[in-house]
Amino acid sequence: MKRIYMDHAATTPVDERVMKAMNPYLCERYGNASSIHRIGHEAKEALETSRQVIADKINASPDEIIFTSGGTESNNFALKGIAFANRDKGRHIITTRVEHGCVLNSCRWLETQGFKVTYLGVDKNGIVRPDDVSQAITKDTIAVSVIHGNNEVGTVAPIRDIGKICTEKGVYFHTDACQSFTKVPIDVEKDYLDMVTINAHKIYGPKGVGALYIKKGTTIDAWQHGGGHERNLRSGTENIPGIVGFAKSVEIACTDDITYMTKLRDILITRVLSEVLDCTLNGHPAQRLCNNANFSFKGIEGEALLLRLDLHGIACSTASACSSHTLEPSHVLMAMGLGAEDAHSSLRFSVGKENTAEDIEYTIDILKKEVGLLRKMSPVGGINVQ
Amino acid sequence: MYSKEVMDHFANPRNIGIIENADGVGKVGNYVCGDIMWIYIKVRKNENDEDIIDDIRFKTMGCAAAIASSSMATELAKGKTISDALKMTKQNIADSLGGLPAVKLHCSLLATDALVEAIYDYLSKNSLPVPDDVLRKHERIKIDLEKTEKMCLNPKAQENSLKKD
Ligand SMILES: Cc1ncc(COP(=O)(O)O)c(C=O)c1O
Ligand code: FES
Repeated sequence: MKRIYMDHAATTPVDERVMKAMNPYLCERYGNASSIHRIGHEAKEALETSRQVIADKINASPDEIIFTSGGTESNNFALKGIAFANRDKGRHIITTRVEHGCVLNSCRWLETQGFKVTYLGVDKNGIVRPDDVSQAITKDTIAVSVIHGNNEVGTVAPIRDIGKICTEKGVYFHTDACQSFTKVPIDVEKDYLDMVTINAHKIYGPKGVGALYIKKGTTIDAWQHGGGHERNLRSGTENIPGIVGFAKSVEIACTDDITYMTKLRDILITRVLSEVLDCTLNGHPAQRLCNNANFSFKGIEGEALLLRLDLHGIACSTASACSSHTLEPSHVLMAMGLGAEDAHSSLRFSVGKENTAEDIEYTIDILKKEVGLLRKMSPVGGINVQ
Repeated sequence: MYSKEVMDHFANPRNIGIIENADGVGKVGNYVCGDIMWIYIKVRKNENDEDIIDDIRFKTMGCAAAIASSSMATELAKGKTISDALKMTKQNIADSLGGLPAVKLHCSLLATDALVEAIYDYLSKNSLPVPDDVLRKHERIKIDLEKTEKMCLNPKAQENSLKKD
């Protein structure tokens, strides 16, 4: 059977060049970067070279990059670390209703620890209004955290405008850039960023490795204590093979890939909207990630469609991979003002550089057929059955 | 995450469709997940003069478990007497499907509810006695469906949903 993977927002395969770069650091150069001997030094060198590569990508300096175990840890570290380190200055944090679960749940936990959190709404395209951020900031506000590229609907937030406001008002600004990293340019200076969360497995790198950019001079507490690694901000023996792979995945990311994914995404969006009736695109039509296409198909339920496509070897996702455990409609789509019906009927396709035009063609054919089939099965009226 | 049986009934659902001039129609919904299910029954007498379910069809907008549950419910109910069909539980359906994940047990409840509701419709339309527990279930199901239509369907779909049949 065909295997067409269109769930790159969940994770990506490891690029062969990444795997080759990582390989020597498993069995040959296995040193601990903290060791003083030459074998340890080899690991330390790889660690620092990798740090430089990642720093360069966002116009940071290497000592502002702290390696972590991924996006979830970086977001937890950023929010909890900044909250506790600054709790004498204020107790208020601002975020949005469309964040990834790890930001939302970190914030909810902070609320149990005496912090106040404002969850800002978004417009129908999923955009946070910089004005709303500005108005929400009070004397008590410590930090603002806004997702850069939305993992469900692909909308890209106006982080530069928001960052400027935060800088002017003297509050820290953090962005979760797991989905946008290497796809949308990030410049920590120009975008007024104090903290940035990034990870490797969305960009053809390995799972379980990420980083947090922390601007020099930021007051933040360590969240994982131990032997004092990563400038005493994140203890634990560094995951050298993972970090080397992370750096390689950043090195190989190129604009040609972005152009290519954008082209595939646009074919998918244009054709689905014109050939599948009663179907809408979720997320911003233009300010969106190069790989994301999220639709609502009226009268059918997302999970059923996902599994029908899976029977044909097509892998995609409802809302986000992690929310598959819940019955409630996606919090992102509900925040954008979709009705529960449209939220339940949504499906996310996220293309990757190894997808082909034929993959898209095949997907559209199967999609049309399966949407028609499920609609014939559906009792909900007023929908065109193809 | 789903059993072989669930995937089989989901991939090849049995008894999809509607019955023109059905003797009973059961419409149910779950307002949390937004799923909606309709079951149609045709009733006839058997040789002992008991009412049996002669034909049964369904329409479902729902997850894979809901589709598989409705398919299984129709298979299990077909040919049963009304009183036996009323004894079917969500656990019977889940068991016949080789089990359902915990969060998906309510999908099989939706299927038994739709069946109960179709039988209620048949009994009340024909002025036959409605057992107390069926009446109680009917009251709950009616409220759930109203809530589902209000919360989960857009006005256009609501209008059409009500117009149909
Ligand atoms: C926007 C966003 N933030 C955070 C994460 C979590 O990252 P990780 O899987 O590396 O913990 C993900 C994806 O999983 C994501 O898409
Ligand atoms: S999730 Fe509600 S019926 Fe399946």
